[in-house]
Amino acid sequence: MKKIIETINVKKYFPIKKGIFLKTVGHVKALESVNFSIHENQTIGVVGESGCGKSTLGRVLTKIYNPTEGTINYYDKDGEKYDISNKINKKTNMKYRSDLQMVFQNPFDSLDPRMTIGDIISEPLQIHKVFKTKSEEKDYVKDLLKKVGLYEDYFSRYPHEFSGGQRQRIAIARAIALKPRLIITDEPTSALDISVQSQVINLLKDIQKENNIAYIFISHNLDVVYHVSDRIMVMYLGNVVEEADSKELFESPMHPYTQALMKSVPGWNPRERKLSEISLEGEPPSPIAPPPGCPFHPRCKYKMDICSKEKPTIKNADHKVACHLFK
Amino acid sequence: MTEKVLEVKNLKTYFRTMEGTVKAVDGVSFDLYEGEILALVGESGCGKSITNMTIMGLVKSPPAIIEGEILYNGKNILELSKEDYRKLRGKEIGMIFQEPMSAFDPLYTIGYQLFEVCKTHLGLNKKDAKPKIIEMLKKVGIPEPEKRFDEYPHEMSGGMLQRIMIAMTLITNPKILIADEPTTALDVTIQAQVLNLMKNLQKEFNTSIIFITHDLGVVSELADRVHVMYAGKIIEKSDVYGIYETPEHPYTKGLLASRVIKEYKDRELPHIPGFVPKATNFPDGCRFAERCSFCTEKCQKVSPELIKTSEIHETACFLYGEDTNEKDN
Repeated sequence: MKKIIETINVKKYFPIKKGIFLKTVGHVKALESVNFSIHENQTIGVVGESGCGKSTLGRVLTKIYNPTEGTINYYDKDGEKYDISNKINKKTNMKYRSDLQMVFQNPFDSLDPRMTIGDIISEPLQIHKVFKTKSEEKDYVKDLLKKVGLYEDYFSRYPHEFSGGQRQRIAIARAIALKPRLIITDEPTSALDISVQSQVINLLKDIQKENNIAYIFISHNLDVVYHVSDRIMVMYLGNVVEEADSKELFESPMHPYTQALMKSVPGWNPRERKLSEISLEGEPPSPIAPPPGCPFHPRCKYKMDICSKEKPTIKNADHKVACHLFK
Repeated sequence: MTEKVLEVKNLKTYFRTMEGTVKAVDGVSFDLYEGEILALVGESGCGKSITNMTIMGLVKSPPAIIEGEILYNGKNILELSKEDYRKLRGKEIGMIFQEPMSAFDPLYTIGYQLFEVCKTHLGLNKKDAKPKIIEMLKKVGIPEPEKRFDEYPHEMSGGMLQRIMIAMTLITNPKILIADEPTTALDVTIQAQVLNLMKNLQKEFNTSIIFITHDLGVVSELADRVHVMYAGKIIEKSDVYGIYETPEHPYTKGLLASRVIKEYKDRELPHIPGFVPKATNFPDGCRFAERCSFCTEKCQKVSPELIKTSEIHETACFLYGEDTNEKDN
């Protein structure tokens, strides 16, 4: 399978400015050296609690932000490599943006209320000048609507006429319009009801099968991430603390944080209530002044002396884990 | 079970809009017993929040049309004057909201906002209230409560604010606590902490809780009884074991099956087809008929009523109704 994106030590710090001269007084360390690569037809799940940097990662990859440090390499269809960490020229930019699309969390905000569904879905097609005539374009958009499970005659309606699940389908139709190779989905189902959530996940999976699309699936919902992903990255305070194949990760989580996270998910069995023993005390520290050493050590129950002094590096090649417990 | 603390009888809350009358709550009846946690479960727009807003007197009528009875201590609280309602709300019936970030006033300190409650409902002055507040903050697990007392809401995390909100409602020792999706905005590890806290405090204060949520996982961890709502009606009532072990209504079954579990990996997830009908034109028959795989002609024409199907179970579905009717005859 062809590689699409690869990141090497990507960091993102946001400066905090204060005073009349807007002097930089510190940084929000949103992302600390992230390394991963994604191939065609692969789904990588990114899990973590709010503030762990998972959304920042998505935004750095879509180039909404430029990384503070590190390299992002993008490989096009023919396997040619482009360094897109900083400013890129217009031609590469167009190519990159047609290869990479995004589906956002809240479908109530991500669709322009003043545009019809047809306009919304055909906008990327017009920007990239895919079709020569209007009628060709219209037929294609109608096909897309059918593909995502909506009716053709929704073409000239407005977003407010649709429910959350339907809007997310529209957002997905827009994302697949340019036949991208990678779609970044940032919490695509967390604003939806459970009965609708499954519909959207099924749709995303079907589209993947049909077009070999790769997904980066960002979510806080472990069950959903497990279902869709081939590989899962667990993030904590801007760091990737564990990365493995999804089955491997769920069957034998290594990092204490991953273990605690899994124990915190409610169990759906009233006879075996598992939340009575709390697995994780306290709250994540602030990313402005992260604790020295391992970022998780203040909440970790296996804390050792070394944990507060030295930051653990990623160990193992396949089931990656950053923890001093493992040598 | 013990005494009833709240009785809701055939409650209807309608809103008139340009597109027609929205029947947000359409004939809901339930009882709340002393010291229990009752979960109201349903998807967005099913009327679970409006039911509780109506109980709290937060729905303005007119313009809204409210019918039915809400009996608290034998009195219909819908007939109370504004002044009397205010005495009840906060003191006898407390509420925890979904978004802790927007439920606090950003211009006042945490301590002041808690003091306001003590002043209004307990008649305490600042000096007497402070130790009580600090003790309460300690109880909900706020570190350094003396310092937090003088801080503002923006200095706290979501989880901490939710704990403070719990402290704020429990400080008056209310009989009833209404919690509207209290953990939806929180992370799972924090959610586990808050749920645990609520459960422990509920035992300590012997409060009855109406817990509103769409998350069946949370319900299984916390509730004693569960009522499932769909399109403005309660369609199934049971204790918590009944819902998870022998669900009856096709909608409840569908909801439980929609859970993403490990066994579905690499397979298609089961789901309920279609969408919830619009609140302005509900069908005459069963409101779930359109999405139901057991739908018959009768379902399309007549709306089913809740029928007792077993000791603990009530279901509004013709699949069960006829059976029991025959037995009765």
